[in-house]
Parts: sequence; structure tokens; C-alpha cells
Amino acid sequence: MIFYGTRRVALALVVVAGVVVLTFVIADVVPGDPAASWAGPHASAAQLARARQFLGLDQPLIVRIGKYFGGIVTGNWGTSIHTHRPVLSDIGVAAPTTLELVIAALILAVLAGVPLGLIAARWPGRWSDHVIRVGSVLGVSMPIFWLALILQLVFAQRLRLLPVAGQYDPNLVFTHPLVTRTQLPVIDALISGNWPMLTSTLEHLILPALVVAAYPAGVIARMTRAQVLDTVGEAHVQMVRALGFPERSVFGSFAMKLAWNPVAAVLALVFAYSLVNTFLVESIFDWPGLGSYAAAAVSTLDTPAIVGVTLFIAVIYVAANLVVDLVQAALDPRIRLR
Amino acid sequence: MRRLLRLFGASPLITAGGAVALLIVLVALVAPLLAPFPGDAGSATNPVAALQAPSLHHLFGTDQVGRDVFSRVLYGARVSPLIALLVLVIACVVGVPLGVVAGYFGGVADEGIMRVTDIFLAFPSLLLSLAFAAVLPPSLTSLTIAIAITWWPWYARLIRGQAASVAGRPYVESCRALGIPTWRILLRHVLPNSVTPLIVQVSLDFGGVILTASALSFLGLGAQDPTPDWGLMVAEGENYFTTQWWLVTYPGLAIMLTALAFNLLGDGLRDVLDPRRVIVR
Repeated sequence: MIFYGTRRVALALVVVAGVVVLTFVIADVVPGDPAASWAGPHASAAQLARARQFLGLDQPLIVRIGKYFGGIVTGNWGTSIHTHRPVLSDIGVAAPTTLELVIAALILAVLAGVPLGLIAARWPGRWSDHVIRVGSVLGVSMPIFWLALILQLVFAQRLRLLPVAGQYDPNLVFTHPLVTRTQLPVIDALISGNWPMLTSTLEHLILPALVVAAYPAGVIARMTRAQVLDTVGEAHVQMVRALGFPERSVFGSFAMKLAWNPVAAVLALVFAYSLVNTFLVESIFDWPGLGSYAAAAVSTLDTPAIVGVTLFIAVIYVAANLVVDLVQAALDPRIRLR
Repeated sequence: MRRLLRLFGASPLITAGGAVALLIVLVALVAPLLAPFPGDAGSATNPVAALQAPSLHHLFGTDQVGRDVFSRVLYGARVSPLIALLVLVIACVVGVPLGVVAGYFGGVADEGIMRVTDIFLAFPSLLLSLAFAAVLPPSLTSLTIAIAITWWPWYARLIRGQAASVAGRPYVESCRALGIPTWRILLRHVLPNSVTPLIVQVSLDFGGVILTASALSFLGLGAQDPTPDWGLMVAEGENYFTTQWWLVTYPGLAIMLTALAFNLLGDGLRDVLDPRRVIVR
């Protein structure tokens, strides 16, 4: 296990290093001059030269990559060109906001996906199974930027049930100011007992979270169904049935207990996937997270910010995969030998 | 042929998905015959008729410059589905040979190719194609390249697994013992054994590529006006959305329906041909 673990961690590090090189090369090919964008439209030649030197653009690509690697370890991810602040602290502000959205979406996805998958597996081949199956494929086939617009139109603009966009009602800032401790507005409002703010943040969270939940809900429903059907056929679950346990607990307790492991693994993978999906949704709901930050970075040729966001998401993605692999290897010795 | 029919008989969902997919292909082929205003698929403008609500004359209404949305949605069947096809062909052409080489020969080639795919697969595919599309000048060609670059590693990896398992089988070993040239073994024995999972994966990916392409076009990184691309139409309609709902609704429905049809088809094919695979990306 120690050998397997070290090997997997080493491979993950190689992958992250490759990611940095790849994004750096991509960002370097960008037509346009980041220094011009840093110095502003009316900069003199001398100012431009100083900006180039400050941003390190006067050095060859290979030197810049080398320096960047040094910086990653020491926490210096470069300076964002469009905010003029350190990239890492920009990400530190934006990431929790996105995280809140993704976590809320995944909670919704599990709450919908697991029971639906169980129902489909309970009566396979029946109409309920077919309906749930089409539903889960529909979730995976949804262009979420479109779903976001439609839900916004119907629930916010026409029915006026929910707020259109933003994280909370801006008027509340004057009457019930939010004390920021965790950067997660919902949690902050909760721990400081700020009830009007809590209601407002939750209301604002519903629509974007529903939209981001579409894909993971589909995947989880499908995975749950497949896994439960798999385990129900196994001898020890048949045994439970033979012992006279009601069907409800055969599925709900015994089969589901065995199905949790792969479902959790899929959850870790769709987590990273949903992180990128928020890129499409955040601008529509005016959600000040990583997606909005990345969009601004792309339009201003902000190389350090683009590389930073890409690196951040790649690290999360690699880490999620690594954790899944290690946990499964710990639980199932056969995997370690592959 | 009979096998194919049995396949469709196996599940009403494959039949439904297949029928809609076929319909979309047909619409793409005969769009000029079906569209009431074929000129509106291009740069034609008709300011007098701008932003009209759906009516018998304009089934899906008209857009901000007076083009018939119905005609443009029909023509849209020629844009993103074609891009998806191109992306998948490029991805297979690049990924399959690399996968075969890695799986059959193993060793250094295997390590090298697989580490490169590891790096590519460390990104969610949307993020990587977004990065590439942002670098390239926005056009359909850039879009196709940007997505294909992120898609080939999946096929390289899939084929590698198949090729590696075939390479160790006794009949391939006896081929080698008989002195049959390597290229022939690869072509006649290794490749055919890898085709079934490849077909399943390609059909499953079709919907995914359409969604990615539409998303990039929605962000302005792909098709440009006047191309009747569904993702671009949604983006253009966003500004008028609160009052002119039809501009966003119909092109988006087309994206969803296309992705749904191909996903149902791929899903059904997987059930029949290769029941034990679930993939997230």
C-alpha cells in the first residue's frame, strides 16, 4: 500500500507539472501583449518596458516556467494583470464562492440522484425505470447555460419567486451587514445568526445550484442504479432476502451500503467537473466566483490569472482522482497490484 | 442487418434516440428545402421584421435583425453536429494509432504516451478546450481544433487497454511465431478487437462534444455571426431574453434535443454491446 500510494502521488505531481508547462505554453501563444494591458492604453515606451520587466516578459519562456515552479511552492503565483493583485489571493477570494455553489449543487444532486437510482433499481424494466433513465440522460444532455437562462426567466423574472442574480440582497448590507469569516456567505450568515441574510443567501443560491446540479444528478442516479442492481444479485444480499428482511431494507440498507463506495467515487469526479461547469453559469447569475474571474482573465489576456485558475482546478481534479484511487486501493487490495 | 434490427428492438429508448438522431441528420441534409427563409441563415437582414413573436409566418419568431429563427435553427443542424463529427474523427485518427502503439508494444512508448494523456486528462475537457479556444482566433476551425486536442487522449487510453489485453492472448502470440508482420497483426487482430468499445464511446461522446462546442460558441469563442450556430444564437438572444423569450428558447431546445438523442442512442448501444462501462468526464 505504501509503495502504491507513493507511486500514485509521484504520478500526480508529474501530471500537475505537465499541466503548468502546458498552460504556460498555451498562454504564451496568446496573440496580444500582456504588458500593454498591464500598463494601460496611454503608456509610454519606457513604461511599457518597465511593465515587461516587472512581469518578467523579457526573459525566455523556459526561464519563466522555471521561476513559476519556484513560485508555486512558495505561494507566489504571480500578479494578476487585470486586478493588479497576487493571483493566489484573488483565487482565495473567488474560490470559496464557487465552492459554495458546487457543494450546494452536489447536495441537491445526491438528494435527487440516490433515491431516483434506488427506485429505478428496485423495479428494473418498469415504467419508473424508463422515466428515471430518460431523466438522467436528460440531466447529462442539458446545455446548462441555456437551462440557467430559462430558469432565470421563468422563476425570477416571470413568476418572481426567486431573485434574478447575485449572492444576496444588496440592501441587506446596510441593515444586516455580513461578517465575513469563511468567505462562504451562507455559512457566515449562519454562524453569526444573521437570519435575514441567511434567507437571502439561500434564496439566491437555489437557481444556480439547481442548474449546476443537473449533470451530477444524472450521473449519480445512473451510477446508483447500476451499482445497486449489481449488488442485489450477489449471494450475501440474496442471503439477507432469504432471511426474510423486507425488500425495502434489502435495497435501502444492505444493497445501498455496498453501492456507496463507487457512488462516492463518482461524486469526487463530478465535483471537479461541476467546478468548470460553473464557468458557464456564474456570469449569467452574476456570481462572483472563479468562473467570473477566469472570464475576465481571458478577455484581458491575463496570463498569470489564466495559468493560476487552470492550475488550481487541475490540482483539485488530480487530487480528487488521487483520493478516490487511494481510498479504493485501501478498501480493495486487488487494485494495488494492477 | 438483422442484428442491427434486434439492437433497436431491444430498447424503446435506443429506437427513440436513433429516430431523433436520424431526423437531425435529415434536417441537416435538406435544410434548404425545409427552411421557409433560407437566406436568413446567412447575413440577410430585415430590420422591419425585427423581434417579432412566433406566428404562423415565423414559427419561432424573428431575431434582432429580422431573421427567421425557425430557418436558422434548421440550418443550425449543419453547424454543431458537423463540428462534433469532425472532432470525433480527428480524435480517433490521432488517438487510435497512439493507443495501439502504446498498448501493443508497451515499454517506453507506452509510458511516454500514457503520461502525456495523463496530463491532458488532468483537466476537465471543457476547461482545456476553453483555454485553447481562447488562444486561437475565434472561428469554427479553432473550435474544432480546440475540442479535438482535448478529446484524443480518451481514445488513446481506451484503445491502449484493448490493445494491451489482445497483445497478450495466445492467438496473437502464435501470429507472431508464424512470422506475420507486425502491421498486419495490428490491422487484422488488434484493431478489430478494439472497435466495439470505440463505437460505443464515440456515440456516447457525440452529445458531449455538441454540448462543449455550443458552450464555447455561447462564450463567443467559436462560431461568429451570421453563422446559424445554436450556442451563438442563445448568446445573441441573451440580451433580449427578458422580453423576447423565443430567441434563446428554441436554439437551446435544439441543442438539448440533439444531445439527448445521441446520448440515448449511445447509452442504448452501450447496454447492448458493452454493458459494464460508466464514464464521467
